Amino acid sequence: MTQPKNFGFGVDEAMLRDSARKFFADNCSADKIHSQVANNFDIYRDIESIWDKNLWSQICELGWTAACVPEEAGGIGMPVVAAVALAEEAGKAAFPSPLLSTFNATFALRACKSDAATKVLGEIATGTSATLAITNQKGSWEAQDTDVTVTDGKLSGTAWFVQDAKKVERLVVSASTDNGVGLYVVDPAATGLQIIADGIIDLTRDQAHIVFNNVEAIEVAAPGNGDKALNEALPAILCITSADIVGSGEWLLQTTTDYATVRVQFDRPLGFFQAVKHPLVNVMLAVDQTKSLVYNAACAIDSEPEQAERLARMAKSSASDMAVFSSSRSVQFHGGIGFTWECFIHVFFKRQMHNHVLYGDAKYQRAKLADMLMGKAA
Amino acid sequence: MSDAAKKDTPEQAEFRAHCQQWLTENHPGQPNVHIPQGALELSDPDALQWLKQWQKSAYDAGLIGADYSKETGGRGLKDCQAIANQEMQRAKTPFFPNIIGLGMAAPTVYFHAQESVKQELLPKLLSGEHIWCQGFSEPGAGSDLANQQTFAEKKGDTWVINGHKVWTSLAHFADWMILLCRTSKDDKYNGLSYFVVPIQSMIGKGVTVNPLIKLTGETGFNEVIFEDLVVEDKYRLDEVGAGWKVAMTTLAHERGAGLLTTPSAGGMVMEKEKGAGIGNAMSLIDLAKQSYRNGKTAADDGAIRDSIMELMIRQEGFRQNQRRIGVKELNDHPMRLPLQFKLVATEMGQDIAQLAYEIEGASSSLYVNDENAAAGGQWQLAYMNSFGVTIAAGANEVQRNILGERVLNMPKSK
Ligand SMILES: Cc1cc2nc3c(=O)[nH]c(=O)nc-3n(C[C@H](O)[C@H](O)[C@H](O)COP(=O)(O)OP(=O)(O)OC[C@H]3O[C@@H](n4cnc5c(N)ncnc54)[C@H](O)[C@@H]3O)c2cc1C
Repeated sequence: MTQPKNFGFGVDEAMLRDSARKFFADNCSADKIHSQVANNFDIYRDIESIWDKNLWSQICELGWTAACVPEEAGGIGMPVVAAVALAEEAGKAAFPSPLLSTFNATFALRACKSDAATKVLGEIATGTSATLAITNQKGSWEAQDTDVTVTDGKLSGTAWFVQDAKKVERLVVSASTDNGVGLYVVDPAATGLQIIADGIIDLTRDQAHIVFNNVEAIEVAAPGNGDKALNEALPAILCITSADIVGSGEWLLQTTTDYATVRVQFDRPLGFFQAVKHPLVNVMLAVDQTKSLVYNAACAIDSEPEQAERLARMAKSSASDMAVFSSSRSVQFHGGIGFTWECFIHVFFKRQMHNHVLYGDAKYQRAKLADMLMGKAA
Repeated sequence: MSDAAKKDTPEQAEFRAHCQQWLTENHPGQPNVHIPQGALELSDPDALQWLKQWQKSAYDAGLIGADYSKETGGRGLKDCQAIANQEMQRAKTPFFPNIIGLGMAAPTVYFHAQESVKQELLPKLLSGEHIWCQGFSEPGAGSDLANQQTFAEKKGDTWVINGHKVWTSLAHFADWMILLCRTSKDDKYNGLSYFVVPIQSMIGKGVTVNPLIKLTGETGFNEVIFEDLVVEDKYRLDEVGAGWKVAMTTLAHERGAGLLTTPSAGGMVMEKEKGAGIGNAMSLIDLAKQSYRNGKTAADDGAIRDSIMELMIRQEGFRQNQRRIGVKELNDHPMRLPLQFKLVATEMGQDIAQLAYEIEGASSSLYVNDENAAAGGQWQLAYMNSFGVTIAAGANEVQRNILGERVLNMPKSK
């Protein structure tokens, strides 16, 4: 199979992206987000999940959660690049919402190819939010690793590093049985379930570990199929996270070059000095390389699936490196003000720190790629 | 159907089929002379002759100049040169010797010369019958290109040229030169004018060409000295004083950001096995499997594996950037990706070659003149030559200024 030249990014995708751009420009200026998520600088503050539910309802009405739900399940059935474009815009706004998690859950459910999963996808299409609970305490990103088990159809154990756990209405949980890993959909309000929020650096997300004690669950992928479904969804998950990094990276780039144009020292704007200008150009190169790799990988999921994992790992490797680079240069080139809580940079800096490790950092992705392309090391 | 062929217009599809068929029947095969890694290192007249022959046959078949008008020796097609390039890359043909002519002189002449001059010069340029060189750099005008001191003085209907050019690639073989020089000392930028001037036919009659030896020991560039060279006025491109504007057309094409697609072949592996895949990050995998570092297979070394993957990712990113240039909706600034081309391509090439010799461990000390050298020592040569391209065509530091100023709108660094 081959990819279309335009990454499958056609008129409809561009219209959706442009409407998202407008939505964020109208509703989510950086100062608004900052005053919302950064109103308490106490380093030992109580853990909170801060987000604007009203904006989220508007997004659901606009149909964003339906974008990548297949038509058979009641969605719009757009290609993965549509979700990627929305994630990029959300990243540019550092938008606190379950959007990315819901996309990730969508791709995992799609890969289940079961009636039960299709039913949940239908709920997502009408605005039900969801997230993945698929990571163990050791932080393994491998699909077969989970600390949750299934007995008589009920879940027990703990899922770790669950994104947006306090915001969502559905959990997609991986759990092991004697016959392999299955996937299960759970209502966060179910009896026997406890969400314990993690204290995290990123101000625009929440994260938790979730304890299951004999919790009722709907099986969406039978034992033995769950890890397969997650592996199939993995390229999309990596693309969504990387797209968020691209958006945040672009915001950091534009904000910092603007600052370098207005801030004057030694009678010159900072951007006159090549020690400032050239690294910012390097940030741009890193953002662009990543953006191209992300759209390429996302396009592969729909048109060249046998290449998708390789290309998505390339995208996430590039993205994770860029997450660190774009945020570090932005703080540095803002000087003292960049090191304050008052400056908006830290919100994006922290989102990038979180994104950097999520679903595996650059070195991890490259180690996986090397195993794929070179064979395992002796 | 190939990937690229999917969205061809009918004209492109027909042309692609023609290219494919012609290349199957007319691939020139392995040369019987030694061919260097790139055209900028050409010094052997026999190698030049062999490559000129190849360029001529590709031109006669329409694979060069596809998008140029018929009057100027082209085919008068639309967006077909890129098709020919793709097919020549796929067929792994040798490179063209008239690289500066095709990449820089031709588009500049096409956009700025008077009609009769275009018709006189372009057909022989495209066919490779005439080799061209670029006379921009001077001892005192490198990165600061507008600091030209070579002077053209109007005498009646002609111009008399005096001055000193350096680093002039291919001048030793060149029939013609694109020349940037000064026609007025009153204004740095508006005092510049642009000419095309004959070289080979005027040696000893106002033109002297002296070869310069590169860091590698190869030749390929020269100094060119003008002493009262007389040039007809019709060979002036655009207005007197418009030299800087014309030079921008040349530079845009040189950096891969011009309006016309440069005819380019390449990808042929010279000298059979030796040097296969030089310049391609993908080939580092095989190199690592065959090389030893500290007595162990390089492909098992975690740091080497990580570095190879990093470069393969950069290479894929570079390829996808070129693809994304064509998708308007995914480019918020039209020049942002095109202006990155030269910088990214040359630094990636340098880093790939550098990693290659790290992979080779102790045996990376062996060079092209040692029969035990891995890949014929070509990686080492490629690494050394890679500095030519990070410096030439505007040093990469200057490229970063351009990107920072024109794309990111930061203040000028001067
Ligand atoms: C292999 C090769 C082939 C060439 N072929 C041709 C040719 O055919 N025709 C032709 O006209 N020229 C040619 N050149 C010349 C080339 O264009 C110049 O070498 C180049 O523009 C740099 O000029 P320079 O050598 O005078 O270096 P300088 O201008 O002296 O610069 C030296 C170094 O200083 C740094 N630097 C310079 N300016 C700045 C700045 N503003 N900001 C930050 N850093 C800066 C860069 O690192 C640069 O490499 C060739 C050069 C090479 C190496």
